Amino acid sequence: MKNDFINVALPKGRLGEKVYSLFEKAGYPCREAVENSRKLVFENPDAGIRYFWVKPSDVAIYVERGAADIGAAGKDLLIEYGPDVYELADLRTGRCRMAVAAPKGFRDDLSGTLKVATKFSNIAREYYRGKGRDIDIIHLNGSIEIAPILGLSDVIVDIVETGTTLRENNLEVIDTILPISARLIANKSSYRFKNAEIRKLADAIEKVVSHE
Amino acid sequence: MFDFADRITSRLSGIYAGFGYSPYKMSKFEEYDLYARNREFLISDGVITFTDTDGRLMALKPDVTLSIIKNCDAKPGQTRKLFYSENVYRVSKGTDSFKEILQIGLECIGRVDGYCVAEVLYLAALSLKATGRGFVLDLGEQELLTGAALKISDDPAVLEELMTCVREKNVHGVDEIAARLNPAGAACAAPLKTLVGLYGTPAETLPKVAEVAAGIGLENAYFKLKSAADALEGTDCAGCVRIDFSTAGDRNYYNGIAFKGYVEGVPERVLSGGQYDRLVRRFLPDGEAIGFAVYVDSLEKLPREREEFDGDVLLIYGADAPQKNVLEAVIGLNAGGLSVKAVPSDEAEALKQRYRRTAYVDGKGDVSYEK
Repeated sequence: MKNDFINVALPKGRLGEKVYSLFEKAGYPCREAVENSRKLVFENPDAGIRYFWVKPSDVAIYVERGAADIGAAGKDLLIEYGPDVYELADLRTGRCRMAVAAPKGFRDDLSGTLKVATKFSNIAREYYRGKGRDIDIIHLNGSIEIAPILGLSDVIVDIVETGTTLRENNLEVIDTILPISARLIANKSSYRFKNAEIRKLADAIEKVVSHE
Repeated sequence: MFDFADRITSRLSGIYAGFGYSPYKMSKFEEYDLYARNREFLISDGVITFTDTDGRLMALKPDVTLSIIKNCDAKPGQTRKLFYSENVYRVSKGTDSFKEILQIGLECIGRVDGYCVAEVLYLAALSLKATGRGFVLDLGEQELLTGAALKISDDPAVLEELMTCVREKNVHGVDEIAARLNPAGAACAAPLKTLVGLYGTPAETLPKVAEVAAGIGLENAYFKLKSAADALEGTDCAGCVRIDFSTAGDRNYYNGIAFKGYVEGVPERVLSGGQYDRLVRRFLPDGEAIGFAVYVDSLEKLPREREEFDGDVLLIYGADAPQKNVLEAVIGLNAGGLSVKAVPSDEAEALKQRYRRTAYVDGKGDVSYEK
């Protein structure tokens, strides 16, 4: 694979499409990438850019390991997995928050270990360590909201966008841990050896983001 | 045949010895207490421990520098120059299990003047050059970073958050923290944001660093950084030096120049070092120190050509082939510079495709090659 392209790992799904649109507006178009295709890798040689779609939670791995020079990943995943990458810009898209939610009327009486169901074990552990609260982490991979309903956990730590799913399941946010949005990340070695290209791209994206 | 680690160790040892550094060999084990008392200076939290026959709690070294400082008998006002090639035992980030990592590096302990700093930086650059790949050596300065961060807050927890932003080159993160602490105006964040956002050659970046340093009253720290960069200007490694403050950002460990080395084709830093007077002063009053480590496990990530074959010749012998003739054939081929694997005929079929050529030794001891 030619090495003079900037390789971009985009997260599959709605967030990735929003991020692609920022890249397109910044002068790095490749329409093929968002049109239906069985291809996995999409190039625009004129713009010197190559896109590929990966699972959102894998974006940071591709970037950290240098298979991608840059990528877009949620702040939640960056905090949870702590990849050794640069965070060059807040893309201000995919905004949501990491929150603690519990059944309506729940009161933590501090009398025992708090059972916390989450996909984000590190974030939950760090949050409760800061509060000095003894917890039992129940690591789940999806449908976190069902855990307190079935008595598997007392609370959940999860991403909340509109809160509709929580409301429909009689849950409510009891604390916000941190705001989340997509970030432009870069591999540390690529940042050095493709510095001019990456900085030019990051500057162009920041300009687009600031006008959105 | 030497493997990559042996080759690079031998090459770097030669370079360091040529600049007057003495080899330093240490034991695989240290008393655990050394690491427990200096935990904040360790890169990895995990330490493999065991109880020695006399009841002492021992550890497999997770770090080399601590052992060298403790045992090298450095004296204040004198400079000890040492290099090492040692295995350390750390938790690997990807697997969450312990891993043996070969580390090569050098330390300059006791008295560190401007020349020592320049020499160590030059040797770091030469170490990167020895890989035969394109490389960059990035320099930063911890005092300037800390000074700029203190303009935002002196709360240790906030300073740690800011240093995380420094290591991530996260300018917007610095802004967010400053705005959270002082919603009225985040002007106090400007010096740190300038330093975090900088990347380029000394000529491109140092004027901006000078402005920041003057603004926060740390001109001395700036001159140290400039002198270090200037010293490398006249060398064969000059074009590969960049100023980048994300190399610093570890205020517990480094107190002056901090640097990292990158080699084209490896996705992570392959060399890391800096001045660490704070650590050395735990063992040597008024001591100074600078050093670096080359991470051989990172260098092994350099893309390698796959070998097409396991060897040159697969020599197949039948049950009736005289051993003497088989051995003579192997020695003869080997003397001709070929690698040979001799196998009995009933083991040969699966191996044929893995060797460039196939040869046979028959019952009379004659050698023939397959066309």
